[in-house]
Amino acid sequence: MYQAIVFLPLLGAILAGFFGRLMGARSSEVITTGLVLIAALLSCLAFYQIAIQGHEERIELLRFIDSGDLHAAWALRIDTLTAVMLVVVTLVSGLVHLYSIGYMEEDPHRPRFFAYLSLFTFAMLALVTADNLVQLFFGWEGVGLMSYLLIGFWYHRPSANAAAIKAFVVNRVGDFGFALGIFAIFTLFNSVQYDTIFASAPDQVGKTMEFLGAHVDALTLICLLLFMGAMGKSAQFLLHTWLPDAMEGPTPVSALIHAATMVTAGVFMVARLSPLFDLAPIALGVVAFIGATTAFFAATVGLVQTDIKRVIAYSTCSQLSYMFVAEGVGAYGTGIFHLFTHAFFKALLFLGAGAVIHALHHEQDLRRMGALRKVLPFTWAMMLIGTLSLTGFPFTSGFVSKDAVIEAAYAAGSVVGNYAFVLTVLSALLTSFYSWRLMFLAFEGKPREKPEMLAHAHEPPLVMGVPLLILALGSLLAGAIFMHLFIGADQAEFWRGSLVAHTGQAEHEVPVLVMLAPTLMMALGFAVAWYFYLRNPLVPFGLAKRFRGVHLFLLNAWYFDALYDRLFVRPAFWLGRKLWKVGDGKIIDGIGPDGVAARVIDITNRVVRLQSGYIYHYAFVMLIGVAALITYFIFSGSGLPR
Amino acid sequence: MSYSWPILSAITFLPLFGALLIGLRRAEDESAFNNARFIALWTTLVTFAISLLLWRDFDPTTAQFQFVERRAWLGSITFHMGVDGISMPFVLLTTFLMPICILASWTSITERVKEYMIAFLVLETLMLGVFTSLDLVLFYLFFEGGLIPMFLIIGVWGGPRRVYASFKFFLYTLAGSLLMLLAIMAIYWQAGTTDIPALLNYGFPASMQTWLWFGFLASFAVKLPMWPVHTWLPDAHVEAPTAGSVILAGILLKMGGYGFLRFSIPMFPLASAEFAPLIFALSVIAIIYTSLVALAQEDVKKLIAYSSVAQMGFVTIGVFTLTMQGLQGGIFQMLSHGIVSAALFLCVGVIYDRMHTREIKAYGGLADRMPLYAFCFMVFTLANIGLPGTSGFVGEFLSLLGAFRINTSVASLATTGIILSAAYALYLYGRIIFGRLEKPSLRLIQDISWREVVVMTPLVALTLLFGFYPAPILDASAVSVDALIKNYHAALVAAEQARLALLP
Repeated sequence: MYQAIVFLPLLGAILAGFFGRLMGARSSEVITTGLVLIAALLSCLAFYQIAIQGHEERIELLRFIDSGDLHAAWALRIDTLTAVMLVVVTLVSGLVHLYSIGYMEEDPHRPRFFAYLSLFTFAMLALVTADNLVQLFFGWEGVGLMSYLLIGFWYHRPSANAAAIKAFVVNRVGDFGFALGIFAIFTLFNSVQYDTIFASAPDQVGKTMEFLGAHVDALTLICLLLFMGAMGKSAQFLLHTWLPDAMEGPTPVSALIHAATMVTAGVFMVARLSPLFDLAPIALGVVAFIGATTAFFAATVGLVQTDIKRVIAYSTCSQLSYMFVAEGVGAYGTGIFHLFTHAFFKALLFLGAGAVIHALHHEQDLRRMGALRKVLPFTWAMMLIGTLSLTGFPFTSGFVSKDAVIEAAYAAGSVVGNYAFVLTVLSALLTSFYSWRLMFLAFEGKPREKPEMLAHAHEPPLVMGVPLLILALGSLLAGAIFMHLFIGADQAEFWRGSLVAHTGQAEHEVPVLVMLAPTLMMALGFAVAWYFYLRNPLVPFGLAKRFRGVHLFLLNAWYFDALYDRLFVRPAFWLGRKLWKVGDGKIIDGIGPDGVAARVIDITNRVVRLQSGYIYHYAFVMLIGVAALITYFIFSGSGLPR
Repeated sequence: MSYSWPILSAITFLPLFGALLIGLRRAEDESAFNNARFIALWTTLVTFAISLLLWRDFDPTTAQFQFVERRAWLGSITFHMGVDGISMPFVLLTTFLMPICILASWTSITERVKEYMIAFLVLETLMLGVFTSLDLVLFYLFFEGGLIPMFLIIGVWGGPRRVYASFKFFLYTLAGSLLMLLAIMAIYWQAGTTDIPALLNYGFPASMQTWLWFGFLASFAVKLPMWPVHTWLPDAHVEAPTAGSVILAGILLKMGGYGFLRFSIPMFPLASAEFAPLIFALSVIAIIYTSLVALAQEDVKKLIAYSSVAQMGFVTIGVFTLTMQGLQGGIFQMLSHGIVSAALFLCVGVIYDRMHTREIKAYGGLADRMPLYAFCFMVFTLANIGLPGTSGFVGEFLSLLGAFRINTSVASLATTGIILSAAYALYLYGRIIFGRLEKPSLRLIQDISWREVVVMTPLVALTLLFGFYPAPILDASAVSVDALIKNYHAALVAAEQARLALLP
C-alpha cells in the first residue's frame, strides 16, 4: 500500500508526460488526478493504521549508493510523522489536481502541467518517506526542480523564467549548507541512516569538529548547516527572496508547492531530525530567532503589497516562521500541527484567490478589484473562511495551532523565546490587518475593475468549487479534531518517537493575557483594516504619502532584491567576464601558448620556415619523437649501459 | 577470468581493422561515403558488443588485472594488456560512445567522409589502448598517439579558427608529454622495467617520487584539464566538429584522471600525499573560476567546455582525498561526465546542424517547436548540475563527501560549485529553450529526427539509470579502489617507519 501511495503519482506523471499528446489533454487530467486521489485515500487509511493503530514499517525498495561505509538505500520509512505528511501532501495535491482541471482549461499545455504536478507529488512523497539523508536530499532537490519547472511553466514570459532560475539558485544556496550538513553528519556518525544517527546522537554531545580551521561543537554545526537548507526551502529571512517571485507560476502551483507542501519541507526536516536539533540548544535558538524575525519581516511587507498572490505569499513566508518558532523552542509537534492546519487554510486562500483571478481573466492587482462579494458570493465565503482561519478567529484550525505556537514560545521562558513571543504576537496583528485588507479590497467597497470584466465575472465551476469546500471544512475543523492527537497531553503516544515530544509542557501556567493575546490582536487588526479600507479609504493613501520612505521600504520588501543584485548577481557576472577576458585571455594565454608562440615565430621566421601551421607537420614531428623513444628503448633494452 | 582468445586485443584493434576496410576502397563518390559510414558504424557496434562480454565476465571481487595478455615485443618492453575495476568501466565508456559519434556525424560530415571515419576508428583503437595497456611504453604510445587523429579531426573538419585551436592544443600537450616522457625514462633507469604491475609494487625512493610525480602531473593536468592549463579546451571544443567534441569531453579528458589513478597515486604515494593540497587548491580554483567564466559565456560550446573544467575539478578533489567515497566519486564523476558532457555537446550539435551558429543569442523559445529536444537537453542540464536522480549527482556527492572528511575548507569551497553550476546551466537553458520563439530564422526549425532520437535515447537512459541505481559502477570499482587505498596507506606507513628507523 505504501509503495502505491508513493508510486501512483509517478505513474501518472510518466503517462501524462510521455503519452499526453497521444491520449489527449482530458485523459491526462483524469488519469493523473485519479491516481493522486487514490493515493490520497490510501494515505488516509495509512494515517489510521500508523498513527492511530501504531503499525510502523520500514520497507527497503532498492540499493542506492553503497561506497565504503556509506550505505544509502531507496526505502520507505513509515511512522507517524510520515503519515501526517502523506495525508497533507496527497490530499492537497489531489484537490489541486482536481481544481486545475477547471483552472487550466484554456491552457494548451495541460498534459505537461499535470505531469509536472504529479511528478512534484512523487518527489515530495520520496522526501517525506526517506529513511536516510541521501534520499531526503533526493526528494529535496526533486521538489526544487519541479518548483523550477512549474514557476517557469508559462515559459514565454521572461519574468517567469527569471523567477524560476532565481527560485532554484536561491534554494541551492540553502542546499549548499544542507549538503555540508550531510557531509558533517557522515563524518561524525559514519552513517546517513536516521536510526543509526539518532541512536548515537546522545553520545556525540559536546564533541567538537574541525570546520574551516576552527574547532566547533559538532552537533551545533551540523544542525546549523542543515537549517541553512531549511531556510532556503522554506523561504526564511535572507533566503526568502525567491518565494514572492515564485508567484509567476499558475495559481494552483502556488497553492500546492508554495503554500501547502514544498515550502514546509524545511519544517518537516527539522522535525524529522529533532533528535539531533534537540541536543543542540544553540542551533535551536537560531531556528527560533530566524523564525521570529521572518514572521515579523514578512508580515510587514505583506501590509502594502498590491498583488493578491504576493500578499498571500508573504503571509505564507510569515506562517512558515511560526512553525520554526515552535520547533525552535522545542515544541516540534506544535510546529507540525501548524504545518498541518496551515496546509488547509493557505491552500484554500490561494485557490480562492485563483478563483478570483480566474473570474477576472487573470487580473491580480488588488487596486483593480472591489465589490466582488455580490458577484462571487461562494468565492467570498470560501476566502472568508480561509481568512478567519489564518487570522486566528476562535476555534478555527488556524486559531488552535497558532495559539499553541505563541504559547509555546512564551512558555519557553528563554531570551529567544521571549523575543519570539513578542514578534509572533505582533505578527498576528499584522497578519490580521493585511488579511482583512485583502478581503476588503477585493470583495467590498466600490468596484474598481473594468465594467465589462465585472459583468463577465463568474463563480468557479464545480471541479474548482469542490476542492474549495473540502479545504474550507479542513480550515474550520481540522484543528479542533486533531488537536488532542498532535499537541494534547498524550502527544508522545501519537508521535511514537517519530519526533521529539516533550510531554508535560506547562500549558496551564500560561497567563490568561498571553492566551488571549492572539485573539485580541486579530480583533485589533480587523478593526484597523475596517477603518482604513471601508470606513475611511483615504487614510492609507495619506499615510503612504506621509511616510513615503517607509512605504517604499516595505513595498520593495526591505530592498533585499536590489541588495542581492548589487552584492552577488552583478559581481558574479562581472567577475566571470573579467576572469575570462583578463585571467584566461591576457594572463594565461598571453604568457602561455600565445606568448610562447609569438616568441617561437619571431625566431623561426628569421631562421627557417619550420612553423608551417599545418597539422600534419606537427603530427609528423610528434611521430619522430615517438620513434626516437622506441629506438631508445630497443637499444637500452638489449643491453646498452644505463 | 580469461578467454582462450585475446579479448582485449580484439576490442582494441578491431576498429583499426575497420579503418583498413574503409581505406581499401578508392572511390570518392556518395556510395563510397555511405559504405564508409556503415563500415564504421558496424565496426564500432561490434566492438561495443564484444566489450559487453568484459562487463559480463568481469570479476568484481578481485583487485588483480583480468583478461591479461602478455607477449614479447620490443626487447624488455612487453605487449602487456589487462584491465581492473578502475580501467574496465572506461573501456566500456569508450566503446559505448563511439557508435554514437559515428551516428552523430552521419549527415553533418559531407567532405572526406572516408578519412573522417578512418580517423575516428584509429582514435578508438588508441583510446582503448590507453585504458588496457599494462606497459608504460605501450601506454605512452597510445596516450600520445591519440593526439594525432584528434589533431586531424579538429584541423581538417573543424571550424574557422581550427588552426589556432589545434596549435594551442599541440603546444600544451607537447610540453606536458615531454615531461612525462622524461619521467618514463627516469622510471626505466631506476626500476629497469616498464611493466606496470611490476612498477606498482616497486616503491620509488621518496626523493625521486616528487620529480616523477610532477613529470606525470604535467601531462595529466593538461589532459584533464586542470586550472591554469585549461585554456586549450574551450578553443578546441569550439572548433572541433560535434563528434570530435564528444570524444574530447567524453573520453580524452578522462585519460588525465585515469593517469592519476593508474600511475601518480599507486607509484608515487609519498608525493601524492605531500602534494594533495596543491591539487586541492588548483581544483577549488578550477571549480569557482571556470564556473564564473561559464556564467559570462556567449557561445554555447564554450560554456559547456568551461563547465567541463569545473566538473573535472570535482574529479581531482575526489581522487586525491584517497578515501573510498572520494575515489569512487571521482571515478563515477568521470564516467558520468563522459556520458553527460558528450550528450550536451551532441545537443549543441543538433541545433548547430540546423542553424550553423553557436551564439546563444541566436536561439530562444525552442521549446515551442522542439519539445523532444527540450526534454533531452533538460535531462542533461540537470545531470550537469548534479541533481539527485541523475548520474551527475552520485559522483559529485561522493567526491565532496570524501573531501569533507579530509579537509572541510576544500569541501566547503568546492561545494559552492553546486550553486554556480545551477546558475550557469539554467541560465543557458532558459536562454535557448524558453522564451518566445521570435527570431525569424527559427520559425521552421525541426525537432530531433529519428536518427537523433536513436543517438539521444541511450544517453538519457544511462543518465537516469545510473542516477537511480549507480551500484553497477560502484560495485565494479570497489575492490580495486579499496586495494589502491590500502597500498597507499601501507606505503605511507612504511615510509614513516623508515624515517623513524633513521632517527638516532
